[in-house]
Amino acid sequence: MNLSFFDQFMSPSLLGIPLILISTLFPTLLFPSPNNQWISNRLSTLQLWFLHMTTKQLLTPLNKKGHKWALIFTSLMTFLLTINLLGLLPYTFTPTTQLSMNMALAFPLWLATLLTGLRNQPSASLGHLLPEGTPTPLIPALILIETTSLLIRPLALGVRLTANLTAGHLLIQLISTATTALLPLMPAVSMLTTSILLLLTLLEVAVAMIQAYVFVLLLTLYLQENI
Amino acid sequence: GPLSERPLMEVTLGELHTWISTCDFSPQGLLGTVQRAWNSYYAKYINVRRGGPAGISMLLAGYCLLSYSWNYQHFKRHRWRKYH
Repeated sequence: MNLSFFDQFMSPSLLGIPLILISTLFPTLLFPSPNNQWISNRLSTLQLWFLHMTTKQLLTPLNKKGHKWALIFTSLMTFLLTINLLGLLPYTFTPTTQLSMNMALAFPLWLATLLTGLRNQPSASLGHLLPEGTPTPLIPALILIETTSLLIRPLALGVRLTANLTAGHLLIQLISTATTALLPLMPAVSMLTTSILLLLTLLEVAVAMIQAYVFVLLLTLYLQENI
Repeated sequence: GPLSERPLMEVTLGELHTWISTCDFSPQGLLGTVQRAWNSYYAKYINVRRGGPAGISMLLAGYCLLSYSWNYQHFKRHRWRKYH
């Protein structure tokens, strides 16, 4: 029995090297740099296809100036997707369950979009604080509400990713503990719990991919408002 | 060829300790060894025109084993207890 269910989110160290370092650096091995042959290997072809699809999807709504952000958005998307999916393998550690890491990704990027907007088009950026067509008596309240919603965006970005992944991992651990505990007592219920576990694992794969996409998509939306 | 220049697979068991004594254990030497090992793995299993899932799967399985060994000190205290 685990000592506590949150032990899976600790980052152990061996010989002074924390596992989070290896978990963060391992995805680089999975993405070899393509050489200058047109068709090198199936892995490169798959990855190039995926990168083209993601870049097109993320950058179509942006104007020309926003295309300078292509590299950071695509690499962030690939990074988060790989780390989330690798965390579903047994005994691995998922760095994106740590709030510190997600806030470190969300806060600077959000701040960059905000400062870009305030620097290049200040009145248009401030104009986003008041939606069109609001009745005049509501204007002060709405400006306060929109400012709060603006300032809470980095927190929401970071916490959304952390909470989704942490909750998913915890659920998997809880249900698998239930399955193992029920197996000698009520095998039929244990089989039912196993089927729930399989469905949950499928859900977690989907959530891992969706959360990475949503993180980057929201950043592109914040950039669209400001560039 | 001479013992120090043969790759590991061509060294017989009897001369293994002699071969290890000719190895370069400085940081640059170790880095070179790791790089050569990775490049030979990559060239053999992943960088082939019609590869399959085996190359990446072996890498992921190795990663799982590495994570297991990294966490071992923590796991070995997990025991089935009768009362919690």
